Amino acid sequence: MKKITVLDLLSLDLKENDDLQLKCIAGRKGLGREITVPHIDRPGLELAGYFDNFAYQRIQIFGRGEFAFIKKIIEENNMASIEKFFTFPFPCCIFPYGATPEGFFIEQAEKAKCPILQSPLPSPEFLGRLIRVLENIFAPQQVVHGVFVEVFGIGILIKGKSWVGKSEAALELIERGHSLIADDLVEIKRARGNYLEGRGANAFFGHHMEIRGLGIINITHLFGVGSIRDSEQIQLIINLETWDPDKIYDRIGTTEMTEEILGVHVPCLIVPVKPGRNIPILIETAAKNERLKQMGYYSAREFNRNVMKWLETDSAGDSNE
Amino acid sequence: MIEKDVVVKNRAGIHARPAASIVKLANKFNSDIKIEKDGDEINAKSIMGIIALAATFKTELKIIAEGDDEEAAVEALYKLFENKFEEE
Repeated sequence: MKKITVLDLLSLDLKENDDLQLKCIAGRKGLGREITVPHIDRPGLELAGYFDNFAYQRIQIFGRGEFAFIKKIIEENNMASIEKFFTFPFPCCIFPYGATPEGFFIEQAEKAKCPILQSPLPSPEFLGRLIRVLENIFAPQQVVHGVFVEVFGIGILIKGKSWVGKSEAALELIERGHSLIADDLVEIKRARGNYLEGRGANAFFGHHMEIRGLGIINITHLFGVGSIRDSEQIQLIINLETWDPDKIYDRIGTTEMTEEILGVHVPCLIVPVKPGRNIPILIETAAKNERLKQMGYYSAREFNRNVMKWLETDSAGDSNE
Repeated sequence: MIEKDVVVKNRAGIHARPAASIVKLANKFNSDIKIEKDGDEINAKSIMGIIALAATFKTELKIIAEGDDEEAAVEALYKLFENKFEEE
């Protein structure tokens, strides 16, 4: 089970549209508390004194309603629910709208060593970002061995044994203007829904490749920043394997094969490699064909339909005569 | 399938040169060879993968091999680790 601490949440390096703009305003001693679930809770019921089924594993968010309610119960000197609230080991409280809760609430938080965070964002925007960020952190993930490239807008994961020429094929694709996302170790995450996102497993080595005979090369420096990408959706898997004369390879392409990664089925192809086969061009063509399929046009099926139509008409019979 | 635990014994850890010796050795065997660190498995025939393990001095790893020469493969790699990659 994956977990992060509140301090990790505060120190995440997030891009502009996901920036949570969080700061800790109290309870610093509790920054080591752990977040174990990607969900949030609005503690309205608990503040009103109802603690059955309290989802205390979750981050507690105080919107305008909860904020006003705390103010009211503190003014009315009815603090029992706040005191009880802080006996639960929830990860932290977050106040959007840059709201600072009443002194009593802060004192209780300090006493319970529970972090109170604040964000200047309005709550609908803040919640959207927080859920996105948490789901990303807790998304199921796995690391696979392969090369991940983007060709004509299609993210292609090239897999195969060492020596089969994955990196060499990718290198030629980069040379032809496509981009590299990761070589060798590809970290795959299942984002919301059935969407697989791949990126380099190690940001430090990102966009280096090992080419036999050349050694380790830096793609960004050699081919420019236009030839690299940080992440991409995995839309096609190409398995390269050495040509096996006894194996029957797909010659028509009317059957769609898929490979499952983290419960998501991704279209896949098996491409046999032997001298004289230009793998990068095959991959480019596969990418274009995949785009056609996504647009609803299946070359092989369409071809087969035309053949059947032709067989039904007289013209087929005529040509036999 | 055969597994064997090893510890990185050279002070510099697995940097580019030791990684290259591991890959060179691993590629002499037909078996699928993997190295595991903290539950993450990588292919022992890939240099970038081994470097990305970030295995430093005293890191505990596991060598896993599967194939017709698995025993010899694990033993050979184990020896390479024990000899500190002939570095020190």
